[in-house]
Amino acid sequence: MTAYQTILPEQVTTWFRAGHTHQFPAGAGATVKYGNRQIAVFYFHRNRRWYACQNLCPHKLENVLGRGLIGEQDGIPKVACPLHKRTFSLETGENLNGDCPPVAVYPVRVEGEDVYIGFAD
Amino acid sequence: MQRIVVIGNGMVGHKFCDLFARHPRRGDFRLTVFGEERRPAYDRVHLSAYFADRDADKLALATRAWYADRDIELRTGELVTELDPERRILRTHLGHEMTYDYLVLATGSVPFVPPVPGKDKSGVFVYRTIEDLDAILDYAARLRQLPGARATVMGGGLLGLEAARATLDMGLATDVVEFAPRLMPRQLDEGGAASLRTTLEGLGLKIHLSRSTTAIGGNGCITHLDFADGTQLETDLLIISAGIRPRDELARKSGIAVGPRGGIVADRHMRTSAPDVFVIGEAALYRDMIYGLVAPGYEMARVALSTLMRDADPACMPESIDLSTKLKLIGTDVASFGDCLPQPGTARSIVYRDEAGGVYKRINVSPDGRRLLGGILVGDAADYNRLHQIYRNQLALPPQPQDLILGSRGSGGGDAGAGISELPEAAVICSCENITKGQLCGHLEAEQAHSVKDLIACTGAGTGCGGCKPILSDLVEQHLKARGKVVRHLLCEHFPHTRQELRDLIVLRQLRTYDEALDELGRGHGCEVCRPALAGIFATVYAETANPQAVIQDTNDRFLANIQRNGTYSVVPRVPAGEITPDKLIAIGAVAKKFGLYTKITGGQRIDLFGARLDQLPPIWEELIAAGFESGHAYGKSLRTVKSCVGSTWCRYGMDESVSFAIEIEERYKGLRSPHKLKGGVSGCIRECAEARGKDFGLIAVEEGYNLYVCGNGGARPKHAVLLAGPIDRRTAVRYLDRFLMFYLRTAGPLVRTAKWLETMEGGIDYLRSVVMDDVLGIAAELETEMQGLVNGYRCEWKEVIEDPEMRARFRPFVNTDDTEELEFVPLRDQQMPKPW
Ligand code: SRM
Ligand SMILES: Cc1cc2nc3c(=O)[nH]c(=O)nc-3n(C[C@H](O)[C@H](O)[C@H](O)COP(=O)(O)OP(=O)(O)OC[C@H]3O[C@@H](n4cnc5c(N)ncnc54)[C@H](O)[C@@H]3O)c2cc1C
Ligand code: SF4
Ligand code: FES
Repeated sequence: MTAYQTILPEQVTTWFRAGHTHQFPAGAGATVKYGNRQIAVFYFHRNRRWYACQNLCPHKLENVLGRGLIGEQDGIPKVACPLHKRTFSLETGENLNGDCPPVAVYPVRVEGEDVYIGFAD
Repeated sequence: MQRIVVIGNGMVGHKFCDLFARHPRRGDFRLTVFGEERRPAYDRVHLSAYFADRDADKLALATRAWYADRDIELRTGELVTELDPERRILRTHLGHEMTYDYLVLATGSVPFVPPVPGKDKSGVFVYRTIEDLDAILDYAARLRQLPGARATVMGGGLLGLEAARATLDMGLATDVVEFAPRLMPRQLDEGGAASLRTTLEGLGLKIHLSRSTTAIGGNGCITHLDFADGTQLETDLLIISAGIRPRDELARKSGIAVGPRGGIVADRHMRTSAPDVFVIGEAALYRDMIYGLVAPGYEMARVALSTLMRDADPACMPESIDLSTKLKLIGTDVASFGDCLPQPGTARSIVYRDEAGGVYKRINVSPDGRRLLGGILVGDAADYNRLHQIYRNQLALPPQPQDLILGSRGSGGGDAGAGISELPEAAVICSCENITKGQLCGHLEAEQAHSVKDLIACTGAGTGCGGCKPILSDLVEQHLKARGKVVRHLLCEHFPHTRQELRDLIVLRQLRTYDEALDELGRGHGCEVCRPALAGIFATVYAETANPQAVIQDTNDRFLANIQRNGTYSVVPRVPAGEITPDKLIAIGAVAKKFGLYTKITGGQRIDLFGARLDQLPPIWEELIAAGFESGHAYGKSLRTVKSCVGSTWCRYGMDESVSFAIEIEERYKGLRSPHKLKGGVSGCIRECAEARGKDFGLIAVEEGYNLYVCGNGGARPKHAVLLAGPIDRRTAVRYLDRFLMFYLRTAGPLVRTAKWLETMEGGIDYLRSVVMDDVLGIAAELETEMQGLVNGYRCEWKEVIEDPEMRARFRPFVNTDDTEELEFVPLRDQQMPKPW
């Protein structure tokens, strides 16, 4: 868990190229590897917004969040873990339906057809 | 500012803090809480739920942040060891001292362990804290390697039976040893206890009554129990549940009055003998009794706080305390309320007993027949809420009081709704939180609450034992109905429609995709509730597989496999009716071996291969399909299996070839997506070896054809299917099934199984019969045509995937590399399993 820390846009030192836009499903998530870390990337195609968070679910520490259903609750974009349906805000990482620890979220930048994720190391 | 100190951060201690935090004068006080346990307060009542997932978070009553936000100092893992009521000082095991102005003892109780020699052997446990359960689980996990391992519970009371159910669920053969001549001697009479015993034995528990344990045997680890009558019982694990002892040691040492048999003496305001020291919860001795239930404990917290805060009209404890309880989790209903075991001559009892059904009901009414004094319900406690309310509110009884327990004759559904309108405003609906009908209705009328969820949020009702939730939902429905509002179960915040309305609108407007539906009928981006629900509608309207709109499918459907606890998947090929050729068995074996999959025969007469990585799913299916298999849809809300028995093909009693018929039916409805999963069964005779009546639809061969049963299930709330039609021939059976299933597909809410659908259907089975057999709605032909369309539209969705490179890309674990996931397995009996959590 300690490997994952939320990064704010102003803290980014490395923009890591995660892939081509068409490699990511519209309205769902996919997973990329950054060193030993797994990052889940989500594309909300209806308003063309991108989000990224750790793939590791803090509940049982399984690498599964990228395979969860996405959606929105009171305007907050979220992902539901496929294992026990804990939901996490993709804006703050906060657990919206329980008291799991938050997930780390990362800034995403799209340039042309390339998707980049921001890291501070 | 004055300081209040609470000793004990259990359920009742926490309730005190919660009430304190909401008290208007809380600003005059500082509050500090000491708790011996490591965790902040958790829900002991639902402790057994921990066995299911070992998830302590789910039991938490509050977090540290909750306390911090309310400016309450919480010191867990700190035991108060000394108390000086004169100087108003306490000291903890860490040597810290603190002074107080008011002290609240909420120290709870400990399990009573009788002084039997050998009680310190390993494998002997009590059942009270999360740590106790962890210890039991770890020990049981080791035992499971040992073939034939057994567990025993000492004590056949409320808690003991709950513990026994838990060890049984852990896969251990379980015995219950009770000292008294019957189970639950404090709550049940002989008839009730006998009925309970029969049911529990049916579940696989072994019950030994009138046994007094003289020694716990074994060399280091427990191996057996010795009884006073000279007999022995072999066991590898023992849970002692022989009652509780209040934790009064601190009070006793510091000179506060305790009862002759323990417990800290309390007056009507929960004051102890020491000035400004209160006692609440299971540590308190009030009117010579210890109360081992949360509701009285919560009442004590309320009374103590009110006294301490010098409320204008301070609360005091009622003269008599309601000890009604409804037992949870043991596999059958048990409840008792009021005076369940009255002295002879003080009451008239009415008893209903159905030995075959395992049902026993008894009510005790006053000799003049006017008032309900109490009662016992075993095997069917559906009437509990209603009877309990009648008892608590002393409502007038009907002229024939026996109607109270025989009342639901005919209609099938409980008529709790009718009961609720008769309750007075002052009736306490949630006894844990002491919330009345008047308060609840007030919130509904003021439009502050519109749903059960709102009511819970604004009043806290239903957050204790949860037993009142059915009444809350009755209240909401009734309130809405009374205002002429139709009660609609809306899908979610994105679609202001019921599932049935949405389905109709989608058909009417010919909407083909989720995005179109969201544009035309909904708002926002959707969520994990409406996406799969709409996916299901598209499947049943357009015979669409899970592939074209994979992103709106529930996780399991998106990858056409069930996710397992380590993120791997399981593979279940269809084996219609459980019939399989040796060649196909060999083919499955070969695939399992090649990919290293854990292999198991399922409860549904087929074979499950576990532990496939995401990227392995397409190659595995490629091989299975080449060997002639199709998807088993074990992941979908769809038809799973039609279980068969061998029938007249081989069996000497068979009335028909049930295997052939089961295959025909499974082939017909395979892959059929539905509001919830669907299972069927076909038995060759009434011996019912296919358990057809435990399924959503079941056929049982009889002399003149088949009887068709519908709306049964196993699972957490088992229900036997009820007779829809029969005897009928095979063709008619299929037609009725088409209509029945299609009607269910059209009208049931999301994730509502057939049994629950029928339960809430107005008119019940009679209405269903009139739709399916007499065609009162005039839609029978339409239903049949629609079903035939779905049958014709069937495709194996795994075949679709392996033939389409684009769809196969979905199964790549990482976008930016060909690495595969790294997973840890541990060996298990010649196979492997995921590393435990
Ligand atoms: C594999 C199997 C257990 C086994 O090792 O035997 C199984 C495994 C699961 N069952 Fe089951 N059930 C299995 C037979 C049953 C049966 C027995 C039967 O079908 O005769 C029942 C009781 C009968 C019934 O359904 O009425 C059963 C009642 C449940 C329930 C409770 C349903 C209910 O209405 O209360 C769930 C939970 C749910 O569906 O919401 C469930 C859910 C599950 C899930 C899907 C839980 C999950 O989401 O991960 C399990 C994963 C399956 C997997 O990964 O492949 N399983 N499950 C059985 C697969 C049968 C098959 O061949 O498809
Ligand atoms: C498995 C199980 C199932 C149950 N089911 C039901 C049910 O269905 N319905 C029902 O009404 N009730 C049920 N109960 C009973 C219910 O849980 C108790 O009545 C309730 O928890 C009592 O609350 P309490 O705060 O008095 O005691 P507890 O919850 O035991 O809390 C006391 C706390 O004080 C701490 N403590 C004690 N001494 C000190 C000290 N000197 N310093 C610091 N901390 C101290 C203890 O460690 C403990 O954490 C069940 C209990 C169990 C174990
Ligand atoms: S297989 Fe079924 S009964 Fe067994 S643990 Fe999973 S859901 Fe529960
Ligand atoms: S592992 Fe994610 S919710 Fe349980």
